Parts: sequence; structure tokens; C-alpha cells
Amino acid sequence: MDKDIRQGRAVVLLNEHGKIIEDIDTDQIFHNAHLHITDIAQMGPYAFGNLEGWKDFPKNCGEGDILIAGRNFGAGSSRQQAVDCFTALKVGAIFAPSFSAIYFRNAVNSGFPVLKIHDLEALIAGKGIVTDDVIRFDVRSGRAENVTRGTAFKIEPMSPVQHDIFVAGDLFKYGKRIK
Amino acid sequence: MGRTIIEKIIQAHSRDDAAAGRIVWMDLDVRSARDFGGPNVVKNFEQEYGGAAPADPRKTFFTFDLCAPACSLKYADNQQACRDFARKHGIEVFDVDRGVGTHVMIEEGLARPSGTVVGTDSHMNILGAVGCFGQGMGDVDIAFAFKTGRTWFEVPESVKVVLKGRPSAAAEAKDLTLFLCRELGTKKIALRSAEFYGEAVRNLALSGRITLCSMITEMAGIIGFIPENGPIVADGDAAYADFIELDIDGLPPQIAVPPSPNTVRPLADLRGTRIDSGFIGSCTNGRTEDFARAAEILKGHKVKKRVMLKIVPATRRVYEEMLERGILETLFQSGAIVVNPGCGGCAEGHVGLTGKGETQISTGNRNFPGKQGKGQTYLAGPAVVAASCVAGEIAGPEDL
Ligand code: SF4
Repeated sequence: MDKDIRQGRAVVLLNEHGKIIEDIDTDQIFHNAHLHITDIAQMGPYAFGNLEGWKDFPKNCGEGDILIAGRNFGAGSSRQQAVDCFTALKVGAIFAPSFSAIYFRNAVNSGFPVLKIHDLEALIAGKGIVTDDVIRFDVRSGRAENVTRGTAFKIEPMSPVQHDIFVAGDLFKYGKRIK
Repeated sequence: MGRTIIEKIIQAHSRDDAAAGRIVWMDLDVRSARDFGGPNVVKNFEQEYGGAAPADPRKTFFTFDLCAPACSLKYADNQQACRDFARKHGIEVFDVDRGVGTHVMIEEGLARPSGTVVGTDSHMNILGAVGCFGQGMGDVDIAFAFKTGRTWFEVPESVKVVLKGRPSAAAEAKDLTLFLCRELGTKKIALRSAEFYGEAVRNLALSGRITLCSMITEMAGIIGFIPENGPIVADGDAAYADFIELDIDGLPPQIAVPPSPNTVRPLADLRGTRIDSGFIGSCTNGRTEDFARAAEILKGHKVKKRVMLKIVPATRRVYEEMLERGILETLFQSGAIVVNPGCGGCAEGHVGLTGKGETQISTGNRNFPGKQGKGQTYLAGPAVVAASCVAGEIAGPEDL
């Protein structure tokens, strides 16, 4: 039960014009120059290593941080490292209006919370979420709360499938439970 | 609410509500791995499940097509690792003699209308040609599918694409397909299932349906279906995310110019471009009908002396039909190089590579930089490739 409710600090991925960054691709998340790294523990320092304005992210992020990004997050290649680098940094979740299909599959399969957020543009424009706000959310109900501002917003609840895998830990652990 | 084709197929394999946008668990009729990805599936499987058996070996297959027979030590090792695993668990291997895995599955009746098939091949969605849901996945997903016989999937929304009019007599299924690559690009059906309607697709034979459905990957779609005259139809009140109407009346032959399958121009714009080599084959144009069309054009002609024409049948059965119908002899007499079935000419390895400065015209599905070597690749249908190889420059059959 506990696992469903999480809390963390919001990190809103804005560009230099203060706009939410859309179409962040896997090369910006984890550049292909580092694909030889297979040990998850070593992947953290390369997260967003190629995303303009965010190269210091690994140094500045903290455990449980919630990344908030624009639509089509994770476009591009199928590399699992683009998910695993956030696991290595103990990032708590990623919220975006949409994810690329493969990125979403990879994240779900490794039990990493990726959640679709509603009306992100309005939230950002109305300063409903600002970096460093404390966010509490429930992956089951889709209820999310901005603790800092005392306001509420909505995320898409995990589907039963995504939740099953999330609770088990990853796809393989889930597979062992059902057989 | 009525259902689209993709919703119907997934619903028939799931206890969850398979409406577009939902993530459901789905039963898999066939789970497979090829010589690329296969060894990692075996590795994941053994690491996670030890000596345990797959859920159902009779629904589990290996297909070796990328590098067949193995042209490097790496592939030889990889194929052998899969064979050893297959023997241990009683899994059938369609080995290096058989050809492109998806085509073998169609021929063997493993990919059936309304069926579900997954594998480590990004063009698995070609099975939409027979009304079957096919999907390529990574090695973690496929190892899990081997073990459980299931996978999860987000049911895609569908787009209805209606083609109005009749293409010119010179246009083949490939020309229609390349036209769609241009018009739909990589955004209009991205992450969605496409249903194609209209006279031009209704009349396509299986080989033409295969050509069209094989390039849904290049349009970034999940899968494509041709419901009319096909084995499965959508409900009249099904909900579509988008509706696209395209006029194809009088469509002439089309050519995709480097660097992508979506940069497409009419043959007339490219006529006269000097070529060094040609290729006819791949999962897109590797059927008997494709080679019959090429042979028709090559009969009584010779491939130009400085040009090399490479021909790769999709499967062993295609090869056999070419032999029986005299197609093989015509191709041989024209000077073409004909090799054993498989993905040769498309994937890296075997007859596929072009050298720096080489210009190739190919019936394949991708011409991204570096995909088939350092040269430049133009994509076209079998008739245009055959005619171009005789002329030594991009040409149509009417130019000979
Ligand atoms: S012919 Fe090319 S695109 Fe088709 S399955 Fe083989 S490698 Fe993939």
C-alpha cells in the first residue's frame, strides 16, 4: 500500500525561455557515447548529459525527485539506459503528458514510475508547479497534491498492468509471481 | 461502442477491456526471436528463470534470417546458442535455410487472421497483411513472453486512411507504399494503428499487402491493416482518432531518395540518375510476384555491364516457385546475382553493403545513412529497379 503514495521535490524541465521542454530524446537523456556502460550504479552521472541547460542535473538532483517534462518524453532509440540512469539517481518518478512507446515500455518493465500528467501547460503557466515544490501523489488513484502550495492536480492512475509490475519490482519479478 | 480491428484482435486475447488507450494483458499465439536479439532472449531467460521451461514450446520459435548462414563468428555463436536452447526445450527453429521469419510464419500458417505474434523484429507488424497483430519487442519483453505466453500492451488508437482514385497502370504496390510514406511521414499515424480503405488497396494481392504493411514501421505506426477483401473488418461504429483522405488517381511510380524513406519523389524527377548497383528482395519486396515482375522486364535484356543486380528471395518457398516458373533462369540469363533466402541485401551482412560513392537502387524499406553501407540508396519497386539495372541509370520499364 505504502508504495502507492510517494512524495518528492518537483524538478520542472524548462528551457532558457521558461518553456517546458518537449520531445526530449534518448540521446539527450543518455548519450550514445556512454552505451557501453551496463552497470546501472554507474549510469547516474550521464543523465541529461546532452540536454541543453540541464547538464548539471545529476549533481543537483536528490532522492525522490519528480521530473516534470513536456510531451513525447523518451523519443528515439530503445536504450534501456535512458530509464536506468534515473533509477541510479534514485529519481522518484517522471510526469509528462506523453511518452514514446518504447520508453514507456522500458520504464514500466523495470518498475520505474512514469505517469501521464493532465493539463500540464495550464499548470506551468499558472505557476501551479514550480521547481522545488513538494509534490505528493498516489499512483493508484491519480490524485496529486502540491504540498507547498496547498493545491491539487491530476495524473493518470497507473493501469492495473503497470501497477502489477510496479508492485512486483520489475517485469521478471512479476512473471515469477504469476507462475 | 464498436471496435476497430486492433481493438477486436487484442480483445480476443485479453480478459481486460481492450479499448484504445487502455493497457491490457494479452495472450500470445506465437512468441519468437531471430538471430538478432535471440541470444539475449536466451541469456535473459536463463538468468531469470534458470532451467525452467517456456510456457509452451509449441508456440515458441526461433527464426534465423538476418545473417543466414552465419557470415561472422559472432552470428555463428549466437545462432548456435539459440539452437542449443531450442533443443533443450523442444522449440522449433526455422533455421538459416528458411528465409525471413515473418514470411515463414505467414507461409506456415503461424501468423493467422486475428492472431497475436511477437518477436525481436521491428518489422513484425508486417503481419497486419494477413489481419494478424504482430509486434516487435526488446529482448526483456520477449524473454518474459517465452516464459509466460503473455505480454502487456497499450491498445493503440486507430486512424482511418481512405485512398481515392486509381493509380496509373505503371504503379506497383511499392509506389503506393512510398507515396504513403511521403504523405503520412512519421507523425500522422505515429503510435497508432492504421486501417487503409479504397479500391487501390482493396485489389492488392497478398504480396502487395505485405509490401504496404511492411513499411508501417517507416511511417512510425504500430501496425497497418487492409480490411476490405481481408479476413477481418472493423465495426461500423468504431471510433477513430483521425480520418485521412488521399487522392492517388493516376499515381506514377515513386522513388524514395536518400536520406529517408519519407523523402519521396516521382520517378520522372530522378530519371537518368546514374546507378552502380540494384537490389530486389527484403521483407518488403521479396515475394514470387515481385521477382516475376522483374523477370518480365529483364527477359531478353542484360544487366548493364558495370552494374550489379542482387536478388534475394524472401523464403525458400519463394525460391522454389522461382525455380518452377522459370523466373530463376530468366534472372540468371540477365546477369543478376541470385542468392539464398533471408534478409541479405537489407540488413548489414551478406550481399548488403555499398561502398563509399556507390549508388544503389533497392526494393528494401530503409535508406537511412549507413544502413546498407557507405553508399547512397534509392528505394523503388521491382519494375523500376529491374529497368534501372538494364539502363545503368534510374529508369522505368517504358524507357528500355
Ligand atoms: S528484410 Fe530487412 S527490414 Fe525486413 S525483416 Fe529482414 S532485416 Fe528487417
